[in-house]
Amino acid sequence: MKKILLSSLIILIGITFLGRLSYLQIFSFSPDQVKEDPAIKAIYDYPERGYIYDRNGKLLVGNDPAYDVMVIPREVKPLDTLEFCGLLNIEKEKFIKSLKKARVYSPRLPSVLVHQLSKEDYARLQEKMRKYTGFYIQKRSLRYYDTNSGANVLGYISEVNESDLAKNEDYIQGELTGRTGVEKQYEEILRGRKGVQYIQKDRFNRDIGAYKEGALDTLPLQGKQISITIDKVLQEYGERLMVGKRGGIVALEPSTGEILSMISGPTYNPALLVGRQRSKNYTKLYNDTIANPTWDRSILAQQPPGSPFKTLNALIALQEEVIKPNTTIRCYNGFYVGTSKKGCHCGGGLRNMNSGIYKSCNAYFAGTFRKIYDKFDTTDEGMDVWEKHMKSFGLGDYLGYDLPFGQKGRIPSKEYYDKWYEDNRWSSSYIISNAIGQGEVLATPVQLANMTAAIANRGHYYTPHILKKIEGEDISNPKFTEPKHTTIDRKHFEPVIQGMADVYRKGTARWVQIPGIEVAGKTGTAENFIKINGVRTQLTDHSVFVAFAPVNNPQIAIAVYIENGYYGSRYAGHIASLMIEKYIKGEVTLKNLEKKMLEKTLEHEYAKPYSGEEFKINEYGW
Amino acid sequence: MAGNSVLKRVDWLSVLFYIALVFIGWLNIYSSTVTEAEPSIFNFSTLHGKQLFFVGASLIAIMLVLALEVNFYERFSSLFYLLSIVLLLGLFVFGKTIAGATSWYDLGFFNLQPSELAKVTTALALAKYLSDIQTDIKRRKDQLYALLILFIPAILIIPQPDPGSALVFFALIFVIFREGLPLYYLSILLLLILIFVATLKFGTLWLCIGLALLTTIFFLVKRKTFKVPIAPFVSVLVITVLFSLSVNFVFNNVFEQRHRDRFGLWLRLEKDPKKLEQIRKTIGYNTYQSEKAIESGGFFGKGFLEGTRTKGDFVPEQHSDYIFSTIGEEWGFIGTSAVVLLFTFLLLRLVHLAERQKNPFSRMYGYGVISVLFIHFFINIGMVIGILPTIGIPLPYMSYGGSGLLFFTILLFIFLRLDANRLKEGA
Repeated sequence: MKKILLSSLIILIGITFLGRLSYLQIFSFSPDQVKEDPAIKAIYDYPERGYIYDRNGKLLVGNDPAYDVMVIPREVKPLDTLEFCGLLNIEKEKFIKSLKKARVYSPRLPSVLVHQLSKEDYARLQEKMRKYTGFYIQKRSLRYYDTNSGANVLGYISEVNESDLAKNEDYIQGELTGRTGVEKQYEEILRGRKGVQYIQKDRFNRDIGAYKEGALDTLPLQGKQISITIDKVLQEYGERLMVGKRGGIVALEPSTGEILSMISGPTYNPALLVGRQRSKNYTKLYNDTIANPTWDRSILAQQPPGSPFKTLNALIALQEEVIKPNTTIRCYNGFYVGTSKKGCHCGGGLRNMNSGIYKSCNAYFAGTFRKIYDKFDTTDEGMDVWEKHMKSFGLGDYLGYDLPFGQKGRIPSKEYYDKWYEDNRWSSSYIISNAIGQGEVLATPVQLANMTAAIANRGHYYTPHILKKIEGEDISNPKFTEPKHTTIDRKHFEPVIQGMADVYRKGTARWVQIPGIEVAGKTGTAENFIKINGVRTQLTDHSVFVAFAPVNNPQIAIAVYIENGYYGSRYAGHIASLMIEKYIKGEVTLKNLEKKMLEKTLEHEYAKPYSGEEFKINEYGW
Repeated sequence: MAGNSVLKRVDWLSVLFYIALVFIGWLNIYSSTVTEAEPSIFNFSTLHGKQLFFVGASLIAIMLVLALEVNFYERFSSLFYLLSIVLLLGLFVFGKTIAGATSWYDLGFFNLQPSELAKVTTALALAKYLSDIQTDIKRRKDQLYALLILFIPAILIIPQPDPGSALVFFALIFVIFREGLPLYYLSILLLLILIFVATLKFGTLWLCIGLALLTTIFFLVKRKTFKVPIAPFVSVLVITVLFSLSVNFVFNNVFEQRHRDRFGLWLRLEKDPKKLEQIRKTIGYNTYQSEKAIESGGFFGKGFLEGTRTKGDFVPEQHSDYIFSTIGEEWGFIGTSAVVLLFTFLLLRLVHLAERQKNPFSRMYGYGVISVLFIHFFINIGMVIGILPTIGIPLPYMSYGGSGLLFFTILLFIFLRLDANRLKEGA
């Protein structure tokens, strides 16, 4: 015992040490040393963020280099103040004041001495900077907008926050990332990759040379420039028409699914969210919860689609062969559901498909809708078929476009009604409002535009998308380049399209005809309600309009949704016609319409629910 | 006289371990002190240059030690001991203060640290006393004298202040155990340490509750087989409680705040993980940085002169007490385990040598050498890798320090000289 006591202790301690060392050096060891090592500091070199161009190569978003003169007060050595101030183009007093302020903030950390030098001053200063120890120039890059439109589509960038950092290891504090729109969706393409240089530091944080002679350093990778499908001219024109109105406009190119413009009203100048005023402006925009300018109505506002929905019900009825184009239904200035009568504005009389569409007859479509359901033994079966057809137009679910946000809209299913009315205790008459785009169906403007494009294409559509080119190369993502087919046969589209063309020729939109362009469209007037102090109150109808043109070679499909704009051909119809003409002809001849749209606003309508007084709705006078 | 025959009979395996340790030590001192401005090896104004000088001085010392007659050490051991006591006392008057501790004589060209010398002389004196024909270690009085030989230098060193070095002398108790001090002294010592730690960790109350529970269980189990005397048990309980209370008192009133911090950190008395992390980075800065440096070395290390934390001087005192962290960072697990194994094998080899001595003085001195080296090895590496509280003593043969290297060398080689003579003695 005496003899082995010390030996066993020695062995025991030896093993303990080896155990602890293997724990430290083998199990706790993380190969990601460079990031954690306090002795190695990474200095990043940020590439320029990619430019964004419109479909015709016009610049939308670029960068403005900004040069800040920085100072580390502790490192400042005596200098020729007068000469330096001359180079900086500032007065001596101001210089001394700024330097003092920087010292108060921190003698050790860099502060901005002069914000955003001009390029000329920067060029002059750059060579001489070395003379002045403690000062250096920090290059920054700010987003520059060559348009005051498209704020919501383009999106904005801002500094990463805690949760971004936790989610993505590529970012470090102080870096920028896309928050909405294209900036968010194509963040990785636009951002590029930062370069890094590893510097060896001592514990006083002084540089003592490059780490491993720069073997791990990388060069920055430039962000890629992209072209988006937006037509800058059309987008800007649409936003001008939209001033003073709330709602969304989406215009598509039916043959490709490219989004020509995407307008949400009210909007804001994207330049507001850049630079030193950013945070103040953002708070202001964000806090406007009534007009909600940062909420992109073109993709987020789910509203009853109104009468444009009738065209789809007509197509389904044709496909299911429950009706023929010449089948007639009588309108009694309305129609009966049980014993209660629902109104119609078409003037009454016998309606076939053509006049049903161009006069927007409610009775005709209520009858048609019933016929679809009556074909099947149970309403469940009818519902399934109807839902399947509707969804094939991209309604009731995310469309799959390349923007970061969206809404599903709603095409009700039998399950939906089973929840409302206990099992099977509902029939087509309960859901008859869906025939005319009221009731339970909801759609966003982009869905309405897509549905119109599908009609324009006579049965298929391309998923709407915003990206056109990366570095000049056309996109080849099959998700966007291959057509999606609806469940309606091509032959059934002609009578419906004829009806839509007649809407312009002689129907509800004859007031907004465009000389020289044949347009097919459909007006809509959507009833809507809000709660004021808990009371369900009806507001002025939403003005809805969908159209495509030219009828036989569609170049544009458009959906315009103007909140509380009253009947379809009023605000929405005007705007749709103006935009179609602008896009196809490149100029506008409908000067009267244009003047009206540029001047009229709906602010008085939007003020009504907040006035606290009794108000009238659907006032006919402009 | 001795001459060639000593070189022939000296234990070359131990010498080999010694050379390896000194070489690795110097290489890492070079790495942790070299600057790009002064990469020269033979510049005595640099720390690695100075250390190289002491490596040379140690070589001369080795030759001297081996050349001297073997009787010389035994005969003059009492004198050496007295000399070192005088030197320790002299520090109170003539001592030079470095980093707050008055542990050195300024000899102009180098600073002599008498406590390093005292380790050698105390080991010699203890061996001499215990091997005396008149000493009987079973006698209380002789036990007391033997312990006194250790305590005197220890007590003189504590107020320097250098409690770490003082602790080393207590390690010489191993020699007395080897020579017949009853082992229950060791059990009592261990028990006291256990109570000390348990008191700090769990508090007196929980300690007593735990102890009461244990004894109750013990009684219930043993009652059937034989009658347990109650009185001794009760007294043990009472003594435990008293000791535990006095630990509290000493810890709170005698210890300085930094000592409390070190023990607090070691025993993880702070429960809040955030605060604990904070403490590790402030009070435990040295240990934290040295652990991190070792960890960052991984299995293969970053390579000689490639240690970023070493280069950045993140571990304080890295060339002296924390030299092991340089090895950890630059040579990885391969390097650290090699050093641990070298020490372990050297110590085991020395135990083997000590046990084969026919002369009791040689054996006892051998045990003294082993005890001193072992306690240094244990405490230093234990501290650097973060399993022991911060107690500042160097790693023999590796840490920077002239007196240290010189006297650790002399310590070892006196024993090797004695060992080289063992056959003659037997003959």
